[in-house]
Amino acid sequence: MYDFAYQKPASLADAVKALGADSEAKALAGGMTYIPVLKQRLAKPSTIVDLSGLGLTGITVTGGTVTIGAMTTHVAVANSAAVKAAIPALAALAGGIGDEAVRHRGTIGGSIANNDPAADYPAAALALGATIKTDRRSIKADDFFTGLFSTALEQGEIVTAVEFPVAAKAAYEKFRNPASRYAIVGVFVAQTSAGARVAVTGAGQGGVFRHTAMEAALAGNFSAAAIKGVTTSPADLNGDIHASSEYRAHLVGVIAGRAVAKAG
Amino acid sequence: MGFEGIGASVRRKEDSRFLNGRGNYTDDINRPGQLHAYVKRSDRAHATIGGIDISAAAKAPGVVAVFTGADLAKEEIGGLPCGWQIHNKDGSPMAEPPHPVLAVGKVRHVGDPIAVVIAETKQQAKDAAELLSIGYTDLPAAASLAAALAPGAPTVHDEVAGNICYDWQIGDKAVVDGVFAGAHKVVRLDLMNNRLIPNAMEPRAAIGDYDVNSGEYTLYTTSQNPHVIRLLMGAFVLHIPENKLRVVAPDVGGGFGSKIYHYAEEAIVTWASAKVRRPVKWTAERTESFISDAHGRDHVSVAEMAVDAQGKFLGLRVSTQANMGAYLSTFAPCVPTYLYATLLAGCYTTPVIYCEVKAVFTNTVPVDAYRGAGRPEAAFLLERLVDAVALDTGIDRVELRRRNFIPVDAFPYQTPVALAYDSGDYQTTLRVALKNADWDGFEARRTAAKARGKLRGIGISTYLEACGIAPSAVAGSLGARAGLYEVANIRVHPTGSVTVFTGSHSHGQGHETTFAQLVVDQLGVPLDQIDVVHGDTAKIPFGMGTYGSRSLAVGGSAMVKAMDKIIAKGKKIAAHLMEASVEDIEFANNTFTVAGTDKSKTLTDISLAAYVPHNYPIEELEPGLDETAFYDPKNFTFPGGCHIGEVEIDPETGVVQVVNFTAVDDVGRVINPMIVEGQVQGGIAQGIGQALLEAAVYDENGQLMSGSMMDYTMPRADNLPNIHVATENTMCTHNPLGSKGCGEVGAIGSPPAVINAICDALKEYGVRHMNMPATSGKIWSIINAGPSKMAAE
Amino acid sequence: MPQVTLTVNGKQHTVEVENRTLLVEVLREKLALTGTHVGCDTSQCGACVVHVDGVSAKSCTMLAVQAAGTSVLTIEGLAAADGTLHPMQEMFREHHALQCGFCTPGMVMSAIDLVNNHPAGLTEQEIRDGLEGNLCRCTGYHNIVKAIAAAHPLMHAKA
Repeated sequence: MYDFAYQKPASLADAVKALGADSEAKALAGGMTYIPVLKQRLAKPSTIVDLSGLGLTGITVTGGTVTIGAMTTHVAVANSAAVKAAIPALAALAGGIGDEAVRHRGTIGGSIANNDPAADYPAAALALGATIKTDRRSIKADDFFTGLFSTALEQGEIVTAVEFPVAAKAAYEKFRNPASRYAIVGVFVAQTSAGARVAVTGAGQGGVFRHTAMEAALAGNFSAAAIKGVTTSPADLNGDIHASSEYRAHLVGVIAGRAVAKAG
Repeated sequence: MGFEGIGASVRRKEDSRFLNGRGNYTDDINRPGQLHAYVKRSDRAHATIGGIDISAAAKAPGVVAVFTGADLAKEEIGGLPCGWQIHNKDGSPMAEPPHPVLAVGKVRHVGDPIAVVIAETKQQAKDAAELLSIGYTDLPAAASLAAALAPGAPTVHDEVAGNICYDWQIGDKAVVDGVFAGAHKVVRLDLMNNRLIPNAMEPRAAIGDYDVNSGEYTLYTTSQNPHVIRLLMGAFVLHIPENKLRVVAPDVGGGFGSKIYHYAEEAIVTWASAKVRRPVKWTAERTESFISDAHGRDHVSVAEMAVDAQGKFLGLRVSTQANMGAYLSTFAPCVPTYLYATLLAGCYTTPVIYCEVKAVFTNTVPVDAYRGAGRPEAAFLLERLVDAVALDTGIDRVELRRRNFIPVDAFPYQTPVALAYDSGDYQTTLRVALKNADWDGFEARRTAAKARGKLRGIGISTYLEACGIAPSAVAGSLGARAGLYEVANIRVHPTGSVTVFTGSHSHGQGHETTFAQLVVDQLGVPLDQIDVVHGDTAKIPFGMGTYGSRSLAVGGSAMVKAMDKIIAKGKKIAAHLMEASVEDIEFANNTFTVAGTDKSKTLTDISLAAYVPHNYPIEELEPGLDETAFYDPKNFTFPGGCHIGEVEIDPETGVVQVVNFTAVDDVGRVINPMIVEGQVQGGIAQGIGQALLEAAVYDENGQLMSGSMMDYTMPRADNLPNIHVATENTMCTHNPLGSKGCGEVGAIGSPPAVINAICDALKEYGVRHMNMPATSGKIWSIINAGPSKMAAE
Repeated sequence: MPQVTLTVNGKQHTVEVENRTLLVEVLREKLALTGTHVGCDTSQCGACVVHVDGVSAKSCTMLAVQAAGTSVLTIEGLAAADGTLHPMQEMFREHHALQCGFCTPGMVMSAIDLVNNHPAGLTEQEIRDGLEGNLCRCTGYHNIVKAIAAAHPLMHAKA
């Protein structure tokens, strides 16, 4: 990788300042995606601003909302009794990201902010109608994920927490890329106060997306049978050496059906 | 101390250092004053290079030197040699274009080395390499067999018209055609053997270290055969005599064939270390391994079997195209010929066989032997074709195989494709495998799976292979440019401990244990007093190394011969000490005894006398107890057996899971059953990987799409079942151990067993054949197309 | 050059590094702890797995500066001072769970973490799933799975 300057600020304000002062500076959370990017020399940041000194960790459940600090690791979410009780699908999702060594260091904030088109958390955030809290504002998940590796975050804006409303029912299913083990298709389904929501990761050319046809089908009947005939157009889906867009389109239906069945 | 000799599952001597992190792999070695090399590689599949501007890189921080192909050419450094010459149908030799160490004028595959930057740190070398300016002019690429053989295809080497390396044949075409013309039925299958990337877990590495005082070069390298590297690099590339070149292959983290070959980086660091007068180290990054380690397999074939009304095989006709990649790797030409077509009889009595092979240059990484090397290609073709014959004739696939097996009383058996098998019992390995796999209970399991919504299938493969290419004279007549013997030096020390110096190389096979067990067995020395030394040309007289499952059959036999000499000499010393006739001395259990008396001397008594020759037959015998043997085998060995795979397919997603795998192999005499089981399990894992997961995929421009572990599917623990391994052995008749080899049987026998099982699971969809890997997407396409009538019905 | 202080196998070290230096490079090149290996560059093979503050981490996907102040355990620190192997090492030996030995250090460190995280027991499937982050090209995993299953009762009996 290219060399860079390194800062580990002790406060959010200092971190924001460090990132704001230099447009080539880059925030580092767990680094499970970004360090491999650096190793491949695909990025050349001037400064790495390590967010691990900011204390943005912890999980609280209050009044029907699960709030997870941005620097909370996947393992912490997966093992959290509070998350398991409130939104078990979220704990299960966290427990299925990467492998155990990755889950020890990878964070929810890093995953959300990076918005890898095959990452798992964006599907949960979108399907559960999460709110992404930053150093300066709150952003609805519907407005947050704007495309491949891109989000509504401004330069230097730091995710501090993600708030997930507790859903009546929810589940996540994923069909993994056999090599990378990232999602070829991942579907998070939720029966929320705002109705049924279905978010698909891994498949879309533009990253995570809501499957409105399935949501409509599930609106009156939250069952696998309800979405049985709902098709997905391959036109907007990825195709690669692992799965054609037609195969992905088919898998979206299968995996969504399994997720709904799992949600009960 | 329990039984430690032949047949004991002794725990491995080498494990202690590996389990404590004290292995000594090439990248673990650091020489004083060491510099680091970064190899700049082509990112184009096919381009001319107008010029290379090194000026900025040469001035970058920490950079000591930058070298290009022009620098090597100035010193008349040779190209990388090829170790096997094949002849065309018309008797002319194959096309053998130059394989420069660093590209000159043109690059021919993504990964082709262009320049080397040597700097104080590896990061500095890599930083500076980005400053190299290379004047590429892109050329159209021939990135596949089809593209390279198409009319008007780009020419990989200007001097090789049509990209044909050779057009070779074995068998009498007219005779075979005649048999086909009169046959009851001809069954044809078009198939491909997928291209694989070996991916031993240790990336390749090399350190060159030149000693200014002695003029001696030392190369530390990740090699399966250090003496071969010394010979090839010293004689053909760098022109360094053997006495000034030492090659050390220390602990090596897996090879599977990919570390047999002489690679450019070995020559670069060795040569450069003298130029810069400091040690130079290079270690591949994994992504670099994908485009610089030799790949494996990549065949396209048409196979036809002529059968009579009872399903007896009358003749086999095969036409194969084999991808050589952009250059000839060290042993590439022999893989699709003498390690492939000669295996096409398999374990069957097929009386006539014809095979033609076109080897083709493409703008891809060179292809060479990968675990099995030619034999998996033959086994896959044959065992798939036999299942197709069963399908087309309606004869049960097990019964069909039984009808065509070479019977146990037919050995030695001369096949129509050159090889003469010495031993085997195919009915027995089949019978035991069917029992171990509960073949008869399968239909109940299929029904139960169906109730769970899964498609279940079972597949069988009764494969045969050949190990330990031999004898040297025959190999030489077939084009080998090296001998194929092995060397052992057995040193009995004065106080009775033993060091074995072997020309075989262990990179996971456990030779330090199994070879010591041979000494336990023959000399009666306890295991903990025996050390096995390998991998250093300064210590070992000579050696051909480890590949083709040859180490025990050839290297072990050399040890037996050397120990025979030790015993023979020991008897003479014992006769002198005990004042008896040599003919009356017997040796067993570490002890020389005068027959019919209670007079005896231990091996230690004898070795002490040999090194402290105060009372010694000094007029007749030299002192010392240290013997060397070169063993040239009389023939190949012929392991074989039966593999049975059982799969379940999720029809909604197309995902295949291997749920049971049963192997019954005939590997000849087993020295350490635990290690044999491990070798077979590992081979089967690679075979299942080939069948289901692994594929090197190039796009039409010659870019490797599966260029990292993010896109090349390595088998993981959850992809594999428990693997049930057993042996039913017949002894090899021509080597002193009776051993045949076990390193490759798993990778050879298993792919057709898995694919046959998948075809069985999908039979209601009319699937007659499926190429590897059987990915979920491929299977979903079949299922999505819907059930159809079976072709044979 | 930045300095990083960290504890490795119970011993504190201060090393000079570039900011881009990886933890595995510190271990291998600065501290000569070459038991931790690098088998890939995409964080998939797990040959580099060590424990950082008691849990598994891929030392090729962690900057040395991120490891400042942590306590790192590598394969070299596993056996007792008298050479007695950790039960996981012992079971790997007993069940022939290693061949070339290259993946072994990372495999052992991951396996210990896996067993630590499942005190109640591990099914064969859980072991296979738990090895997702570690590649072995030699063994076919069969004997690795056996070794981990065998080490589980030994590790938890001891605790």
